[in-house]
This record gives sequence, C-alpha cells and structure tokens, in this order.
Amino acid sequence: MITIIDYGLGNIGSVVNTMTALGVPCVVSSDPFVVGSAAAILLPGVGAAGVGMQNLKTRGLDSVIRNQVLRGIPFIGFCLGMQLLFEYSEEADTVCLGILKGSVRKFRAEKKVPQIGWNTVTVSDSNPYARRLFDGIPAAEFYFVNSYYPVVENPDMVAATTRYGETFASAVAYKNLFATQFHPEKSGAAGTILLTNFIKENL
Amino acid sequence: MTTKRIIPCLDMTEGKVVKGIQFVSFRDAGDPIALAKKYSDDGADELVFLDITATVENRPILLDVVANTAKKVNIPFSVGGGIRSVSDMRQLLLAGADKVSLNTGAVKNPKLITDCANAFGNQCVVLSLDAKASAPGQWNAWINGGTKDSGLSAVEWAKEAARLGAGEILLTSIDADGTKSGFAIELTRQVSRDVPVPVIASGGAGSMKDFLEIFRDGEADAALAASLFHFGELTIPELKRYLSAQNIAVREIL
Repeated sequence: MITIIDYGLGNIGSVVNTMTALGVPCVVSSDPFVVGSAAAILLPGVGAAGVGMQNLKTRGLDSVIRNQVLRGIPFIGFCLGMQLLFEYSEEADTVCLGILKGSVRKFRAEKKVPQIGWNTVTVSDSNPYARRLFDGIPAAEFYFVNSYYPVVENPDMVAATTRYGETFASAVAYKNLFATQFHPEKSGAAGTILLTNFIKENL
Repeated sequence: MTTKRIIPCLDMTEGKVVKGIQFVSFRDAGDPIALAKKYSDDGADELVFLDITATVENRPILLDVVANTAKKVNIPFSVGGGIRSVSDMRQLLLAGADKVSLNTGAVKNPKLITDCANAFGNQCVVLSLDAKASAPGQWNAWINGGTKDSGLSAVEWAKEAARLGAGEILLTSIDADGTKSGFAIELTRQVSRDVPVPVIASGGAGSMKDFLEIFRDGEADAALAASLFHFGELTIPELKRYLSAQNIAVREIL
C-alpha cells in the first residue's frame, strides 16, 4: 500500500494508473492524518514550486512529510516531488521542505527551456541503493519535463545524472528516500523496471 | 540532449479516432484505447489526443475516454479540445492526462495560459496553434478547429504564448495537414527559432524522409502524425531505425 499525496497539483491520475498497473494498492489523500500514518508515500509532481509548497502548507502536509521521511518510511518523489525536498527553489523564490541539503535552479545553458523529452540517465556506481533500483537499466532514456533542476549538496545522495546543457542530478537515493527529476511513470519500459525494483525493495 | 520525439496523434470525435484531410471529411480510424496501447508498446515517445469538435460543438471534452486511454499508456499523454478554465485542465490531469493543450480558449483569453501555467507549471501547458498561410512567408493562427481566422500572426502568437507561460508549441500547418506532401518546414523553422520552448511539428507527414527533413531542416523538437500510423503505412520502429541511421537521435526501444 502506498499513499499518493494530493496537493492540488500533479498528474495524479497518471500516477495512480501506473501504480495500479504494477499491482500496488494506492490511496490518494490530502489529509495530514492519513499521510502521517502511511506506510509508504509517493509525492507526484507536475506543477510549480511556489504553488506546490503553498498547497502543502495550507493542508498541513509539509511537516507531516518531513516527519515521515525522517522516521524512515519508504518515500518516492517525481519531478516537483523531488525538487520540493530541497531547501530552496529559484522558481517563485520558494523555501521548500528542507529535507535534503541543496537548492533548485533554472536551466541556463540550453536554448530551449523547459526540457521536454527523453534524455539519458547515467546511474551512479557508488550509490548502492541506486544500483539496486536501476538494476536492469544501467543507462537508459527516461522522460523529462522540467525547467528547473536540483543541485545536491551531498554527492553520496546522487543516484543518477543527466546532461541538458549542464550535468545535473536526475535522481537521488539515500536511506529510505528515492526521488527522480524524470517521470518514471511516463518512461515506458525503463520506468516500469525502475518502479518494479522500487516496489520489490520497499513494499 | 533530449532525443527527437515521434508522436502519434489521435484526433477524436464522439469517442472515436478520426482523421481528416485538411480538417474535413473524416474517416473512422478506430478505437482510441486500442490504438493508444499499440503506439505505447511500439515505442511512440508521446501520445497526443485531440477532441477536435469539442469547441465547435461547445461541449466539454470526453473525460471518460481520456481516463480509459490514460490507463493503457505509460508514456506522456497530452490532451486538448474545448479547454476553457484551470478547472477544466485539472479535470483532465485527474483523468490521467500529463499535459493539456490550449487553442481557441487561449486565443480568446490569453490569461488562461498564465493561469494554467501558474497552477500546474508551464511544462504541462501546450499551446496548440493551427497555422495557415496568409501571404508568402506569413501565417495566421486559425481557431475553432481550423475554421476561423483569428487574425493573429502565427509566429507572433507563438512567441506571446511562450511568454505567457506555454511550455511547448504544437504547431499544425492547416495547408499541409492531410496532404502527405511533407511538413511545413519554413513555418516550423521560423517558430522554432523564434520561441524559447520546444516545437512539435504537425501536418503533412507522408514518408520517413519528411520526418528527417522536419527535424534537420525544420528544427522541430518533435514530429506528430496521425493517418500515416493509423492506417499502418509506416510503423514507429521502422521510422526510428531510419532516423537513427540518418544520425537523428531518437529514443531506443527497450
């Protein structure tokens, strides 16, 4: 069972479809009590950082998510659901959850922003959790839609990197936490393998 | 760098996939859910679903068809047709769409682009622009399913829409649509050079060479086709093999 956090944004329908297709029972909730007692949580992410944080706070979900992650329950986040884990985002000058040290910056080097499309994800050999999650897909293409990317302070947390003008951390994996800048739920067969590995390990 | 995307388009009306030739005379091309699943399995990089008569019939988009289609695909799924408000957009995202395209609604109320982008991020707001030549080297944006000239310059409107928050432009050439004589290269190149967001070229695909040309010469980030794929004249794996051999970076299928 995984609790998918509804904070008024995100491609929730799409995430529910994917998890259901993989045989995982899902609960969609914006209730801090439900999220606070969840055995595992998924923070989806299509949206803007400012509105996202504001919606989490209004619903009383920000501290609940922080406590749950620190308590050690399995966590998975996609796209904005990864970015919000950091301390700060340049998008609308937003203070984020501050679970991970680092910040979120706008792409500067590439002409076309947002990055929209399939890009190569290179897995970090030195991260054992990442190696298990990406088992069977060492270097594959995943689907991205983002104008911003995370700058991770602790290199041990980096699970994978991707190049779009600059090279950035396209996934983090650390203890109970896994989050991707790309959308595994939209990444065809590669995404299915990744999520299946996550489910096998955690649920 | 991202790879060039190949996007099959499902033009829908009354819950069925249809394909028009220059926006009229529809032929029934089949069941949307079965087609979506097939393309997803075949290595399509994205799917676009357009409810082409929602605006002219002044009715909401078919949410149940969107929801049932979304269940079958694990690639990005973009939906458009008759969207007038942030709440329309949210309904579609809840039904399983990943992106929403705005066309007539955005021309009539450009603030809709900004409102949707503020709510969901500009990466999931697609401006769908139907362009028709008004003079050599000039195009206007047409609305209401390609039946009415908005009077706006297509290139200027694309720039303005990107400035307002559209994260991608789905650029259809009405002149090329259904002709199978190739994409509108000049139009696409001009929009692609002038806007800072990705451009999906649409209309006119007839051969694998047309895709090569729209990526290489038209500078498109993605190319969309409908009947070519629906009627089995071209398959996505063979198209990708061909493009890859021509040094166009495409996603490999696992």
